[in-house]
Amino acid sequence: MNAPQSTPSTNTASTSQSTAGGPARSTRVIGIGRLLIAVYGLLALAATGRSFVQIVSKFSEAPLSYSLSALAAVVYVVATVALIKSGGRWRRVAWITIGFEFAGVLVVGTLSLLDPALFPHDSVWSLYGRGYVFIPLVLPLLGMLWLSRTGKARA
Amino acid sequence: MIEWFTWLQLGIAGVAGLLCIALGLAGRKPSDLTMGAIALVELLLIVQLVVAIVAPFAGNTATGSLLEFYTYLVSAILVPVAAVGWALIERSRWSTVILGVAGLGVFVMVYRMWQIWTVQGR
Repeated sequence: MNAPQSTPSTNTASTSQSTAGGPARSTRVIGIGRLLIAVYGLLALAATGRSFVQIVSKFSEAPLSYSLSALAAVVYVVATVALIKSGGRWRRVAWITIGFEFAGVLVVGTLSLLDPALFPHDSVWSLYGRGYVFIPLVLPLLGMLWLSRTGKARA
Repeated sequence: MIEWFTWLQLGIAGVAGLLCIALGLAGRKPSDLTMGAIALVELLLIVQLVVAIVAPFAGNTATGSLLEFYTYLVSAILVPVAAVGWALIERSRWSTVILGVAGLGVFVMVYRMWQIWTVQGR
């Protein structure tokens, strides 16, 4: 473990002080936003791994559920990337992907409750993401909250 | 998987995760302690990989899908590496929290691996 002792350098990012004219590069990627990105990355990894297993081993059992899993996984990956990147276009991508996730978890969650036969096999979004401790339900909300807050700070 | 070793992994990953989150929220930057704790989690995962490869030859075979098991294991092995890498690049309190999130993530994944290995009734 060659962990360098904390270097007394300048790079401690102040949490909410984003100067309006400053480089837009880092404004979105500070403070709590980092945590959000990390959790998104973890969820993207989990969703990707799961849909990989489902598609390789038993795709024919439930093509709809598993296609949905794969789509969800791709969207999580894109959302993670969009949160890391900055600039107007990526910001829009972040909004779209996160909004899509939220819609997905609401629609699939509700359908899986009303008509369990529709989604006999688990997807990330079944039962509002219960298989993932409801993280898929909460995370998009935090993501959108954060996007709107940072957007305001910069404008 | 070996039962006591699984519990050891769960215990260390859980404690390391909670410790890092607590220290991170308390404002600590990544330190030898927090990064070392997550590095230990990683070390145990590597040992787990060896155990998983060797165990079937000793009659200890998985009851569930091996594909699913190894997908979890390989993903889990990547997580602490990414978190420590992040902590080395950016030395802020949030990197310590992220180390903790990685620890808890590994906790869940090891638990799922144990379920797949032992109680898969399909």
